[in-house]
Amino acid sequence: MEDILFLFEQYPIFEGFWTNIKLAFWSSISAFTLGVILALFRISPVRSLSWLSAAFINLVRNIPLTVLVVMAVLVFWGQLQISLHSDFNTNFFLLATIALSMYHAPFFAEAIRSGVNTVPLGQAEAARAIGLGFFSAARLIIIPQALRGAITPIGNTLIALIKNTTVAAAGSVLEASGVMRTMIEFNPNLMVAIFLIIAIGFSLIVIPVGLITTWLSEKLAVTR
Amino acid sequence: MSNQYVLFDTPGPRAKRITTLLNIVVALLVVGVLVWIYRALDAQGQMEAHLWWNAINVNAWVNYLLPGIQFTLQAAAIAVVSSVIFGLLFGFLRLAPVRALRWISMVIVEFFRAVPVLVLMVFLHFFFSQFMAAVIDPRNSAYYAVIVALTLYNGAVIAELVRSGVRSLPAGQREAALAVGMTTTGSLRNVEVPQALVAMLPSLVSQFVIILKDSALGYIIGFAELLRYSRQLGAGYGNIMQALVVAAVIFIVINYALVWLAQILSRRLSSRTSGDVAIGIPGVVQFAGDAPAEAETTDTRSQAIIAKEQREE
Repeated sequence: MEDILFLFEQYPIFEGFWTNIKLAFWSSISAFTLGVILALFRISPVRSLSWLSAAFINLVRNIPLTVLVVMAVLVFWGQLQISLHSDFNTNFFLLATIALSMYHAPFFAEAIRSGVNTVPLGQAEAARAIGLGFFSAARLIIIPQALRGAITPIGNTLIALIKNTTVAAAGSVLEASGVMRTMIEFNPNLMVAIFLIIAIGFSLIVIPVGLITTWLSEKLAVTR
Repeated sequence: MSNQYVLFDTPGPRAKRITTLLNIVVALLVVGVLVWIYRALDAQGQMEAHLWWNAINVNAWVNYLLPGIQFTLQAAAIAVVSSVIFGLLFGFLRLAPVRALRWISMVIVEFFRAVPVLVLMVFLHFFFSQFMAAVIDPRNSAYYAVIVALTLYNGAVIAELVRSGVRSLPAGQREAALAVGMTTTGSLRNVEVPQALVAMLPSLVSQFVIILKDSALGYIIGFAELLRYSRQLGAGYGNIMQALVVAAVIFIVINYALVWLAQILSRRLSSRTSGDVAIGIPGVVQFAGDAPAEAETTDTRSQAIIAKEQREE
C-alpha cells in the first residue's frame, strides 16, 4: 500500500491522465466538427463534394493512427519546419491533437451518416407534403431524428478516441501511458500494480462515457 | 446513393444548375489546393525526384519496405488467428448456461476492452522481458507483446461479436435445435455459433483491419514493423516524408484488399445463415437503415445488453 502511495507522490499520474483528457476534449471537438462537414458533403447531392468526402474518409480511415501521429511530428514539424507554438510541449500537444482529429473525423462522419440513414424516407416526404421547405424540414424533422439515431455510434467513436489518446505517446506527448512506462522502468517490482492503476484510470474515464451514451440513446430513442 | 434523397428532394432544373456550378467550383478548388500543396512542398525541396525515388526503388523495397511488411503481416496474421480463438472461447463462455462462467468471462472481456491497447502493449513488453526471459528471448519481447496485446483486445471484441451474432439469430433456430433433442450447448455449438460466425464474417474482417492498423502501435515499444522500417529508410536517405507516405499507402492498399475480401465473402455467404450479413465499418456500429446487421459490438451495446439481462433476471 505504501508503495502505491509512493508512486502517486513520485510520478505525475494525475497530470498524465489530465493530458489524456485534454487531448480527448480538444480532438473530439475538432474531429466532430470535421466529421459533421464530411458527413454533410458525403450525403449532399453534389457529386464532387460527395466524392471528395468519400476519398478523405476512405484514405484516412485506413492509415494507422500511429503513422499519422509520427507524420505530424516528423514530417509536419521535423521536415517541413511548421511550428504551431513556440513552447515545445504545447507544440507536440497541438500536433497530436491534429493527428487525432484527422484520424477520428471519418469515424464521426460515418456515425452521423448512419444516423441520417435511420430516418425513413417517409419522414422527409411527409415534411415536404405539409409544405416545409428544405431548411425547415431539415431542422424540424430530419436532423433531430438523425442525431438521436447517431448517439450510439458517436459515443463509441468518442470512447475509441479517448483510448487512442495514448497513441500521442508516439508524438512525444507525456500522457498516462508514458507515465506508466517511466514508472515501470524505475519500479519493475511494482509492474502489475502500476498497470492496474493505469488500466483502472482509463476504465474510470471510459465507462461513464459508455453509460451516458447508453442512457442517452435509450432515453432519446426514436420510437417508430 | 439512396440516402441522399432523405435530406434532399429530387433536384429540379434550378437545383441541377446550382449542382453543376458547385461541381465546377469544387473541382477548381481541389485542383487549386493540390497545386498549392505541391508548390509549397516544392519550395521546401520535398518534390525532388531522387527523394521519392529513394523511397520506392529496389533498395528501399528489399531492405526496408518488404521486411517491414513481412513483420507487420506476420504479427497481424498471428494476432488474427489467436484473437479468433480467444474470441470464440470467450464468446462461448459468455453464453454458457452456468452463471459464474458468464460472469467471469464478462469481467475479463470488459476489462480488456476498456484498457487502451497501447497500455496493454507497454505493460506486456516490460512483463515479458522481466519475468518471461526464460521462455521468450528478451530481444523478441516487443514482438510478442504486440501479438498478445492485440489478441487480448481484439479477442475480447470478437467475443462480443460472437455473442451479439448469436443473439441476433431468430429465436426459431434455437427452438428448433432444442425441439430435435439437442442440449443448450449442443445447439450453441452446432446451430447458433456457426450461423453467427457466417453472419459476422464481414465485421470480423473489419476487426482484422483494426488489428493490422493497431500492429503499428508496436512502433512505440520498439517492434520493427513497417512504420519503424520506413522511418529508418527516411532517416537514412533524408526523405522521411516520402518514406512515411509510402508506408501509409502500403497500409491503405493492404486494408483495401481486406475490405474487398470482406465484400466478396459477405455476398457469397449471405445465403448460408439466417442472421443478417453486413459489411462493417471499423469502429462504427451500423444501423437499420445503413446495413441490416449489428456489424460491430461495442462497449455501449454490450452494456445495454447486460443491463437488459440484469432486468430480466
